[in-house]
Order: sequence, then structure tokens, then C-alpha cells
Amino acid sequence: MTTRLETRFAALGREGRAAFVAFITAGDPDQETSFELLSGLAAAGADVIELGMPFTDPMADGPAIQASSLRALKAGITMKRTLDLVRRLRETDNTTPVVLMGYYNPIYHMGVENFLAQARTAGVDGLIVVDLPPEEDDELCVPALDAGLNFIRLATPTTDDKRLPAVLANTSGFVYYVSINGITGSASPEARDVAQAIARIKGHTSLPVAVGFGIRTPEQAANIARAADGAVVGSAIVSALAAELDETGKARPGAPARVLEFVRTLSDATHAARESAAV
Amino acid sequence: MSMKVDTVAAGATPNSLRSGPDGRGRFGIFGGRFVAETLMPLILDLEKAYDEARNDPAFHAELRELQLHYTGRPSPLYFASRLTEKLGGAKIYFKREELNHTGSHKINNCLGQILLARRMGKTRIIAETGAGQHGVASATVCAKFDLPCLVYMGATDVERQKPNVFRMRLLGADVTAVTSGSGTLKDAMNEALRDWVTNVDDTYYLIGTVAGPHPYPAMVRDFQSVIGEETKQQILELEGKLPDTLVACVGGGSNAMGLFHPFLDDTGVEIVGVEAGGHGVETGEHSASITGGSPGVLHGNRTYLLQNDDGQILEGHSISAGLDYPGIGPEHSWLHDIGRVKYVNATDKEALDAFQVCSKLEGIIPALESAHALAHIIKVAPTLPTDHVIVMCLSGRGDKDVFSVAEHLGVEL
Repeated sequence: MTTRLETRFAALGREGRAAFVAFITAGDPDQETSFELLSGLAAAGADVIELGMPFTDPMADGPAIQASSLRALKAGITMKRTLDLVRRLRETDNTTPVVLMGYYNPIYHMGVENFLAQARTAGVDGLIVVDLPPEEDDELCVPALDAGLNFIRLATPTTDDKRLPAVLANTSGFVYYVSINGITGSASPEARDVAQAIARIKGHTSLPVAVGFGIRTPEQAANIARAADGAVVGSAIVSALAAELDETGKARPGAPARVLEFVRTLSDATHAARESAAV
Repeated sequence: MSMKVDTVAAGATPNSLRSGPDGRGRFGIFGGRFVAETLMPLILDLEKAYDEARNDPAFHAELRELQLHYTGRPSPLYFASRLTEKLGGAKIYFKREELNHTGSHKINNCLGQILLARRMGKTRIIAETGAGQHGVASATVCAKFDLPCLVYMGATDVERQKPNVFRMRLLGADVTAVTSGSGTLKDAMNEALRDWVTNVDDTYYLIGTVAGPHPYPAMVRDFQSVIGEETKQQILELEGKLPDTLVACVGGGSNAMGLFHPFLDDTGVEIVGVEAGGHGVETGEHSASITGGSPGVLHGNRTYLLQNDDGQILEGHSISAGLDYPGIGPEHSWLHDIGRVKYVNATDKEALDAFQVCSKLEGIIPALESAHALAHIIKVAPTLPTDHVIVMCLSGRGDKDVFSVAEHLGVEL
């Protein structure tokens, strides 16, 4: 069966443009604001949505996503409510792929089979679980693939050619290349290093390669989009939302619309990147 | 990548309880390698380097030399005569790890890992610390071997453990106060992992307890097993038999694992780990991961964790900052599940009482961590016959705790 992710990347491939992948944290700063943002992302040009499943101990995330996870948890986000957001989105949007991104413990605690069944029913397309390397594939990756969900693996600068086949073996949907050694929202990658890394990965797989970690501006997104099949922006969007919160942590009126305007500048730059490069 | 037969501990039989972990770094379902891809190649390198070091007599010779002249090993096995007399039952011995250089068992592990870091050509050391004992031991070995040391410590712990923060700085280490999360040990560990993932080429992460991704739980256990190996020899000399019961406090569980491991196959030896009961496990304010938690995945391994209904990690509570961690080493989780080790707990108040009893009766001020083990002994020793031999790991000295104990007792210094 072709998944929404495969359909989307195939269409983008035909159009000759890169995907803009937008990350937001589920339930940040509250369920309704989060849904307003989520349901506006596609119209703001997001080709793929990454929805963060908040965790108390996000070891691979920088300060922006750490803070957003804690805001969401404080506002009462749960795994069930995260899945509810996807379910509601699917009432009006049955084409934009949604990938859940997070850490293993909340899934493990819920029970892998139970989680997969509910995620599938809700309309989730893929999973990115940071703390599950290929060495732990039988935990969630293999059951997820069996359940018809894509399992998107992270490849990093430390993933050498010897290790890359193992990392790619059970990857599906796309490959997420982490462009720097570090945490989300930290240093920005050099475009030339990224291009080399993508070429290296493409030597091992025909899957699309999206690049993330450290992309903050439309210019950076455009640079990545010239080399990769997709550019992922997370911390910068989450920070734009944080800047729209009042001193009590509540979203100011019109906050989602202003964050979505920022998302639009990122997606426009990503989509136009190859045209401007050709000029 | 996989561990071979040669990883089986010396003297272990095929059905030995000492042969873990398996090739995937697991003790039963516990342990494993739940880390981000960026770190995966690093922990595979570490596993390989440790395997080589472990089989290299020169590595062991260098470590033994340091244990002898730098740490002051072997540590004595001391008969606590007044305590034994007062409790009127079992015969109580203390394994005196508090007499080690730096005042706790933590130095055993730090010396082993610093030698490994040097073999691997690493030039920068990072560590996490809760109470500061592991931070001090890390700073100490880094001073000795002239390596820069950065210690991550929760901002809350920096505030309540000021003397240890100053000690680390005196020893030349940088201490970074971690404000993310709740500013305690788990957050310090998160931040150390974030540092490691950012500085993959030159940095060695010196984990202080028998937790984290494989090979840390097994490696730290091996470096701490000197406690149990010495104890075995010493008790045979003193009593002509193995102990009837071993008791140690368990936070992450490194002193306990070090004492227990050499005895796991000695089925006649009862083994008891004492977790921090805080205000009482029933109140929810405790750090008893086994008694009051459930299996989950955090900091690279599957183990018993304190967590809520949605798999979010809860804050531990204990009077002792060294036990204030919402998890426990994975080998302990396994030993609990198979029933080889019994895990009990002692409350803040019981530990505080034991702290004072030990000071007054034996002239030894124990760490609040170790006082939890003693609190359990105070409960059970009177019910046991006088030929019942208990060995307790006195894992650290209590100088660091006198200020907070004074506060708890309402004494103004």
C-alpha cells in the first residue's frame, strides 16, 4: 500500500521541488491553540507535518523544544490528546502526511501494539523515535512497519558508510539526515557538508532524504532545499510560538496566524529554492 | 559488535547469574542501547575499547597500582561491635568504602574509566553528578591525569551541595548548573548526553553509576566489583564462611552492584538492596524505583522508573541527594524480577535515625545514602541469631551531609 508520505514525496519529485517539513509540539501551549496551528500548517505550505510527542526528558532536544514540551505537559497533553489532534486534523485533511516524533518511553508505557493501533486509526503516517537505533529495531520499528506505518530513521554525521546500511535497512517514507552533531535548534550546518552527506546517503538508498537540526531562516531552508529532498524546521517555529505567549504562558490573540505567516516564509523559500538556483 | 564468551566474569559457571549482559547489552528484558543515532557509533567504540582493556593485563596492573597507592585499597572490613551489641542479634560488618580517597566508592569507577578514556585518546571528560560525590571523584581523576573536566549538576543540587561544588572547582573542574527540567540528577544526565552528542570526537562521558546505555552498566559494575571481591576474601579470613546477608543502599546502584556481583552465584547468601523511601512509598514522594515504579526506558536503558500513567518521568524525592534519581541500574531490575536480590526501602526519617546511631555508637559518620542501608539493618538485626553475619557497604562518609542533617534536626550551625 502506498502511504501518504510516499504519495507526497512522489508528487514533489515530479514537480521537481523539495518538501517543507514543519515541526510543532503537540499541545503547546494548549490543546486548542496547538490544533489551530496544526490545522493551518498545510495551507501555510507544509508538505509534511512532524508532530512532537512531549516527553519530560527530551535528551536530543535543545532549549526551545525542551521548553515547548514542558509547556505542553503543564497544559495537560497526553499521548491520547496528541492522537486526538491528528484525528481532528484528518476530519478536514486526508492528504498531508503526519509523522509523530518523540521518545520511546511514553509509547512503551502505553504498550506498543495499543499505540500502533491507535496511531493508525487516528491517521498517523510515520514515526520518528529518537532513542531507538537499529540495534533496538524489534522494539517498535518492525511492529510499526508491520502495522503499515512508516518508520523514519535518523542518519547523522557519525553514521559512517559501514553503519549506514544497517540504519537504512528498516527505514521507510524518507530518511531524516541530522545535519550536525548536536541537539535540535543548535548550530547551523554548512550547505556544502550537507550536500556531500546527502550524496553519500543516496549512494545507499532510493528513499527521499530530508535534512533537519539547525535550520532557522528562509535562506537556510532554501540552501538545504537545493541539495535535499526536504528541509525540516522545528525549533524556529516553536520559538516563534513562544514569542507569542504572554507572561502567563497563554497565546496572545492571533498568535497561530502570525506563527503560520512565519511558516509561510519558510515554505515559500523552500519551494522556490531550485527555481532561484536555476536562474 | 556482539559480546563474546570471554565477557563472562571470571569464575562464572555456564548457568551463572554473573554472565550478563547478553550481546545486546541486556539483563533479561532490562538494559539495552536506547540512544540517539549520533551516539550509537560512540557507544559501540566504547564497548570495543572496554573489551580490549578488560582483556589486557597491563590495564589491570595500572588500575591495581592506582587502587593501592592512590585510593588506599583494600578498604577494611570492620566489625561494628557496639552496633552489634546494641541491636542484640546478627553480627554486623561494614565494608569501609568511605575510607577511600575522595570519601566514597565512586573513585573505584572513575579510576577505571579515566584509564579507558586515556587509552581511547579522549581529551575532554564530562560527567553528571547529583550529591556531588561522583563529580568530586571525576574531578579528582581528571586533575591527576591532567584532563579538562566538565561536571553537569542540577541547579537545585548545586544550591544544596555547595561544599562539593567548591571541592570540584578546587580540583580544577568546571561545574555547570543545569536549570532545565527540575534541576536535579536526571536533568544533569540529560544535559551531559546533550553535550556528548555535540562533542563526539574528543569527549569521554564518565557515567557515575550502573546505568545508561550498554556497556556502561556492565563496565561500572566491573570497576565496582572490587568491593565484593575484597569482601569475600576478608570475611572468609575473619569468619571462615561467607556472609549470611549483604546489604547496600541503591540509588542508581553502583556500590550495591559492586558488593553484590561477586556473590550472585553463592546461593546461600541473602542479598538486600535498600532504596530511598523518602516520606514513605505510599506518599508518592520517594526514590524507590523498584518498589514504587514500573519498567520504562530512560537514559539509554530499560529499567524500573518512577513515571506517571502516560510514561512521563516523575521527580524522585529523598533526603539523600545521591539517591534522588527516578531510575535504577538495569541489572538490579533484572535481579529483582528473577528474585535473586530483595529490594526494600528505608524512609528519610529512618535514615536520619541510623545516621545518628552510627555516629554515636561506632564513631563513624556515614553518608546519608549509606544510612539507608543501616536503617534496614537496624530493623532486621535484632530478629536474627548471633551467628548470622551481615555485611553492609558503608559506601560514603557523611561529612558532606552534616549541614543538611543539622537542618533536618532543627539545629542552627
